[in-house]
Amino acid sequence: MQRGTQWEVVIGLETHAQLRTSSKIFSGASTAFGAAPNVQACAVDLALPGVLPVLNKAAVECAIRFGLALGAEIAPRSVFARKNYFYPDLPKGYQISQFELPVVKGGTLTMLVASGKSGESAYEKTVHLTRAHLEEDAGKSLHEDFHGKTGIDLNRAGTPLLEIVTEPDMRSAAEAVAYAKALHALVRWIGICDGNMQEGSFRCDANVSVRRLGAPLGTRREIKNLNSFRFLQQAIDYEIKWQIETIEDGGSIHQATVLFDPATGATRAMRSKEDAQDYRYFPDPDLLPLEIAPAWISAVRANMPELPAEMRLRFERDYGLSAYDAVALTASRETAQYYEDCVAAAGKGSSKTCANWVMGDLSARLNKENLEIAAAPVSPGQLAGIVQRIADNTISNKIGKDVFDALWNGDGPDADAIIAAKGLKQITDSGAIEKLIDEVLAANPKSVEEFRAGKEKAFNALVGQAMKATKGKANPQQVNELLRKKLAG
Amino acid sequence: MSINLEQVGRIARLAHIEISPTEAAQTNQLLNGILGLIEQLQSVDTTGIAPMAHAQDVAQRLREDGVTEKDQRESFQAVAPETEAGLYLVPRVIE
Repeated sequence: MQRGTQWEVVIGLETHAQLRTSSKIFSGASTAFGAAPNVQACAVDLALPGVLPVLNKAAVECAIRFGLALGAEIAPRSVFARKNYFYPDLPKGYQISQFELPVVKGGTLTMLVASGKSGESAYEKTVHLTRAHLEEDAGKSLHEDFHGKTGIDLNRAGTPLLEIVTEPDMRSAAEAVAYAKALHALVRWIGICDGNMQEGSFRCDANVSVRRLGAPLGTRREIKNLNSFRFLQQAIDYEIKWQIETIEDGGSIHQATVLFDPATGATRAMRSKEDAQDYRYFPDPDLLPLEIAPAWISAVRANMPELPAEMRLRFERDYGLSAYDAVALTASRETAQYYEDCVAAAGKGSSKTCANWVMGDLSARLNKENLEIAAAPVSPGQLAGIVQRIADNTISNKIGKDVFDALWNGDGPDADAIIAAKGLKQITDSGAIEKLIDEVLAANPKSVEEFRAGKEKAFNALVGQAMKATKGKANPQQVNELLRKKLAG
Repeated sequence: MSINLEQVGRIARLAHIEISPTEAAQTNQLLNGILGLIEQLQSVDTTGIAPMAHAQDVAQRLREDGVTEKDQRESFQAVAPETEAGLYLVPRVIE
């Protein structure tokens, strides 16, 4: 086959988001993470004879919130179905899921995708959702050696999940990751999932295929259980390369389920279509259809927070921020709240400076110390204090960073107290600065001479010396002007 | 509608059940008997009738979210064939 033709990548994602309920989807057992094995597996979760599932109202409400956030249709009537397969961590021999009539249909999610090419700005991408449905999680199999047997922990069995399925809308690993990140931020934003990927609360399956531009859809392979954004990126990149090389070498792609091995960075086939499961879905006779009345949807709608997309636009409009800044500041509700509190205290005129501080020094320090913004030792009000003192020329931006560090370390109650205690107030008295400059000029005759001979570099050296003499407390611009005047005179 | 021996073998594999050739033949007959009943059901004219998900035409009752089950691991595991360290033990399965 001809090499070098244009390939198009087609990706669809299926995401399992664990819902933040305190009890399971069909039983009253706890969903808390990290309990001793099987202490949270009740008779219903164990599928003991005679038990019946009863649907958790909060799980349904999570699905409604999700549907509203994506502008999707909330089905007035949806049906639970049995998905049959045999595995020891699924005691009933079937998973209760939804098949023909899911609770959420359609909807879209729009996000910014970094182009990945230098000089090209990020672009907006809209991903369409096929559906989202409620289902129960399975238990966990432990394959360590128990005298040649497998250990089963059913604490997770029956944990409520929302499976979120997209159309094959994504065209690169970068788009898939941007979607997954936006979805991850959204489910946390609306409070339906804690998003903890290490604990498996948010995991993705990626359906990947390639085709020559304009050709019909290629055969897809499904990469299962990706529990980090990095693995998602690596697995898709590897899979794309493998599929293109296979076709270009004259081979063909067969539908299969594959696993990603983080150690090798490769995907390998788990099962092919020939021995694929036949799930024999049918409506679960133990559960009646789920009806969601318009009044319930309205009540949920009334309690929805402002969504990240709306907030992003408001930040651009009200605070004069760039799309990039607005996206960064609406990455989580906590970040957005911190920023808005900071602007409220510093004044709207400082909205851009506040944004720079939150995304710059604050976020760097939080990253370094591995802290969430809600636990930041510098409060929005304290940060606003720094911003205000920079705005009114009491301190320079550089000194502002020192004040920030001091506040972080708890050296004082607010910026003003620290500025006073450490004597950081900017010297604006031009007489005082002139006096210091005279001393600097007298001490550096060589630099003065070089400058007069036309060396601009020498001027910078003199500014440096002057700033040093003022211990950084002079306004650099003022020093500049005065120095030039002196040297000219 | 009927199924053949080969399909019975496939269903047994999916169900992780080992069956002998004699059992397979018997099972084949029994399953075809059931399929005959289904064929009879399917001969009823259902044109224009919306499918029902349940025999009762009522909606699901919902439960308030709350932990109502306490730990009964000890009594559940007392009747399990084999347990260790709080886990149920089953024959080794690796897919």
